[in-house]
Formats: sequence, structure tokens, C-alpha cells
Amino acid sequence: MGAVNALKGVVNSLTNPPIFITLVAVTFFLVIGRRAFWRPRVGLAVGVVAAAFMAVSTFDPNFRLIVAKPDNIPIVAMLFLIGFFFFLSMSQAYGNDDRIARGEPPLEATPKEAEKTWVWPDLVYTEMVCMVIGIIVLVIWGIVFKAPIEEPANPARTPNPSKAPWYFLGLQEMLVYFDPWLAGVVFPSLIIVGLMAIPYLDTNPRGNGYFTFRERRVEITLFLFGFVILWVLLVMLGTFLRGPNWNFFGPYEYWDLHKLLALNNVNLSEYFWVKLFHANISGLNMFVRELPGIVLVLFYVGALPVLLARSRREVSLPGGVRFNVGLRKYYEKMGPWRFAVFVFLVLAMFALPIKMVLRWTLNLKYIVAMPEIFFNI
Amino acid sequence: MATAKPPQPFLSRTWDYITETQIWRSIFRHGMPANNRNRVLVVMSNVFLHLHPVKIRKSGIRLKFTWCMGGLTFFLFLVETFTGLLLMFYYRPTVAYAYMDIVDLAEQVPLGIMREIHRWGAHAMVITVWLHMFRVFMTGSYKPPREFNWNVGVILLVLTLLLSFTGYLLPWDQLAIWAITVGSNMARATPVLGHEGPGSQLLALGDVKMVHAGSDARFALLGGRFVGEGALLRFYVLHCVGIPLVAGVLMAVHFWRVRKDGGISGPL
Repeated sequence: MGAVNALKGVVNSLTNPPIFITLVAVTFFLVIGRRAFWRPRVGLAVGVVAAAFMAVSTFDPNFRLIVAKPDNIPIVAMLFLIGFFFFLSMSQAYGNDDRIARGEPPLEATPKEAEKTWVWPDLVYTEMVCMVIGIIVLVIWGIVFKAPIEEPANPARTPNPSKAPWYFLGLQEMLVYFDPWLAGVVFPSLIIVGLMAIPYLDTNPRGNGYFTFRERRVEITLFLFGFVILWVLLVMLGTFLRGPNWNFFGPYEYWDLHKLLALNNVNLSEYFWVKLFHANISGLNMFVRELPGIVLVLFYVGALPVLLARSRREVSLPGGVRFNVGLRKYYEKMGPWRFAVFVFLVLAMFALPIKMVLRWTLNLKYIVAMPEIFFNI
Repeated sequence: MATAKPPQPFLSRTWDYITETQIWRSIFRHGMPANNRNRVLVVMSNVFLHLHPVKIRKSGIRLKFTWCMGGLTFFLFLVETFTGLLLMFYYRPTVAYAYMDIVDLAEQVPLGIMREIHRWGAHAMVITVWLHMFRVFMTGSYKPPREFNWNVGVILLVLTLLLSFTGYLLPWDQLAIWAITVGSNMARATPVLGHEGPGSQLLALGDVKMVHAGSDARFALLGGRFVGEGALLRFYVLHCVGIPLVAGVLMAVHFWRVRKDGGISGPL
């Protein structure tokens, strides 16, 4: 029993957001470019381990309480589906890359696959079979799990935690790091605009109509980082690991209403003026007070794109990993307009992990803090 | 001497009889799609089937390539429309009735699983949209000539989330109003247009604020200062009429463009 509890404690602490998000992100970047991880037996092993983890964990009452909620079951299914299709797409991509390296066309371009076939009967029958299976699944699901109904709406009693619909929990998780005007309005808008901009920013003519990784390394890595880490992982975190007061709770932890966490976050202006210069900032004009943060933000969105466009310094890390710090290659390929939009969107996306790391390491609250005009970054 | 025709089995005689009646021939203007000519005709002469092309690449029907997620999303939209229509028979979108109607539905309607199918189907639809988009990205299917259709798809993704979001409120239980409260509170912070958003102070005539809790973006969304009667009616109308109508039109465009752009993926 002691060993089991110790193990649960380890899992609980590993799923603490700073550790968990870092672990998953580092794993993501380590495995995505390596062929060996996308073989069927690796995928199968990961799937079996994940399923076993779920199965064994259901013996824990706290785990069961959250995961087995009827509304959370599709989210658990989604995690497995995303994992499965992530693997399926990458393994097909690497399969095609192997073919291309051998001088063969990708599978989808072989005469057998590119050949045309009749919509009736081939496609309409496939569609019909999918519909029948879909109906069967929905009916069984509907019979087994009743649609939940809670107590009648009561505007005077706020439940704790109050959560947005599950697919927006990534945005609600973002509220830990950014104010609502960014996390709830600006970033969601940028996600929509960014998604719509993809076909106009990605000028790479290769990889059109077939799975491939090597021909589209950067595009795929960026997109999957956004989708798998910054969206799906945060949805999962918000659903399963955020309890009362939006505090973190490990998967085996009881959602205790009275869990207290020391929150001592400090603004950049305080770090700069008070801790560095021991100045008193209480009477200071807010624009002067927040000057360091304003300069930093302007540098990030204004000067950094220009610097990136000009530089192409190559950095070598031990272990043979080399990458370009600058993006001059992209600037030359994309032209000024495409490049400006592309860099702005990528920087906006990376603003979230950057703010996360600053929060976890320095307890940084706001880079620019002007609550007087609701302008906090 | 004429040779006697061998007697036909009953079923095939009946089938022949039916397909030769004037009624049948007025509906289907061609024979069974068993030869190539009729396979073309069946697609071209049917308003629903003609959203398909007549012939497609074999990769376009291989499940490992397509994952069938786009098709399942459309299927789930149809399921939601059908079950939603049935639910509308039992549900009144007012604060006094909404919750009791849902409870009644569960307790009084025999063998009812329509709300279950509606709810699980809604969760599933959000997931299938994501997976569909994931597949389209991974196969580079947004590349020319399909840039525009990817954009239509992004709008459809947003509409799917909005459909689910508006539907979330309708049971009028604690989960519903507080999820919508949390979700719509974001609109308070809309830059310029939200009363707690940066820049909203700029819109003032002297001392009179133009953007306040009774006039900002959140108020427009909810039809009130909090999630109440106005919000329930607004969300109901958007959920049952407004968004499905727009989504339906855009879906027609989406499917049509798949056909016109040369199938689900690959260069034209």
C-alpha cells in the first residue's frame, strides 16, 4: 500500500503543470523528427501503456470521480483518438518519406491509388457503412450513459470550480497566465485568423495531397505544437487536473475546496524599479512605471521580427543538432508581407509558453501592468 | 414454335414490375447503376449525390488516408438536426419551463434517448471536426487549389464550437448557466467594446461612459447584464435556427468546392 501511494504521489507531482507541460513539450520536440519513434511497435507500446495506466488508475476513487463523469468520457476518448491519429499520420508520413528516399512516389501518388474509381458504388457504400456504424455507436452510447442534468440554475450559487465548456478549457487555462482581454478575446481571434492564414503563408508546393514529414518539417512541427500541446494538452489539463479555485490537483488527489497555494506573483515593473533600484513607484505615472515592460513588448512584436529577418546565424549544439537562429531564409522565400504576418502569428503563439516559463521560474505576474486602463500583458 | 420463357423467381418479377411502373420511372430516370452510363446518371441526376463528383481517386475512399472524419462530422450534423428537432417538441426556452422540460423529458418520455444522442453527438462532432482538420493539415490538403475551402472549413469549425456553446445553456441547470457565465465573461474584456477591456474608456462623451455593463459586447451577446431570460432566448434561437442555417449553407459550399477543386486532396 505504501509503495502504491508513493507511486501515486510521483504521478501527482509529475502532472503539476510546470513539470507536465515541460515534459510533454520536450518529448514532443525530441520524438517528432526521429523516424524510430513512429514504428508500429512503438505506437502499440505507447497505446498499451496509456490504456493500462487508465485501467489501473480507475481503482483510485478520486481518479474515477473525475474521469468517469459522463461528460468527461468523450474527452478521454478524444485523448486516445488524438494519440492514435497522431501516430497514424506520422507513421504514414515517414512511410512516404522512406519511399521518396528510395526514389519511389508517395503511396497516394502511385498509379494504383491515383487511379479513378466510381463514386457509385465505391464511395456511397463506404459512406453508408460509416453512417450505420455511427448510428450504432451513438445509440449504444445513449443507452449506456444518461445525459446528466444538475441542479436547476441558480445565479446566486457559484459552483467551485466554474468551468467553461470543455473545448474552451484550453483558453480558460490560458487565463492563469494572461488577462481575459488576451486569453479570451485576442488570442482566440488570432487562432482563427492564423488558421485561415495557413494556406497563404505556406508556400511550400511539396506535400500536397499525401502524408509526409521530411518535406514539411517546420510547418508540421509548428502546427502540431499548437494543436497538440497548446490546445489539446491544455484542454486535458483544464478538464482533469483543475479543481476548486482553478487550483491544480493531481489525478489521484481529492478536490479539496480548502487547498491553499501560496500565490506571490510579482510584476515586471516591481522587479525593475523596486528590487533593482529600490525606488518607490507608488506615485509614478503608469507609463513611466511600466516603461521596461512596454519596451520589452515592443521589442518582441516590433524589433524581433526585423532582427529575425536579417540574421541567419547557425547554432550547433552538442550532439550534432544544428538550427538557424535567424529566419532570413524565410524572409527571402516569403517576401516582406507574408513574412511579417507569419512571424507575428508565430510570436503570438510562443507568447504563451514564454509567459508560462516566466511565471514558473520568476513568479512573473504581468510584463506590462496597467490595471488603471485594464491593459495587462 | 416459340420457346417458353423459363419462369422468373417471384422477387425478380415483382422488382421488374415495380421498376416499370410510371411512378418509379417518374422518380428515377435511369436504370440500376450497374453499368457505367447509369453510374454517371445516378450521381448527376440526384441533387444530394451530385455534391460528389462522378469518379474520384482511389486514395479518396481509403479509410487509412481519409479517416472518414469529414463525412462523420456531416453525419453528426444530420443526427443533431434530427434529434434536435424532436427535442424542440418538448422544450420551451423560458426560465420558468426550460429546466422542468428537460427533467420531464428524462422522466416522462418512454424509451427516450434523444437528448442522450444529441448531447453525445455534440461532443463527438467537436472531436471529429478537430480530427478532420488534423488530417487535412497532415496531408497538405489546404494547398492550392484548396486555400479557400480550408477557410470555409475554419469558419465551419468556429460555427461548430458556437453551436455547442449555445446548446450548452439550454438545459438551464447549474452546469449550463455557469459554463456560459465563465465563457461569456471573456467578452467583458473585449478591447474597446467590453466595459473591462483596454481602450473602452476612450469611448466617452465627457464624463458619460458609452461602453458600460449595459451596452458592451457581453450585453449584446447575452441580451442582459447576466445570463438570464434574454440569454436563454438568444442562445435558443441561434442554436436552433441561426447557426445551423449558416452552417448548412457553408457546408454546401464546402462540399461543392471539394468536388470543384478536384477531390479531397492532391493537386488539381
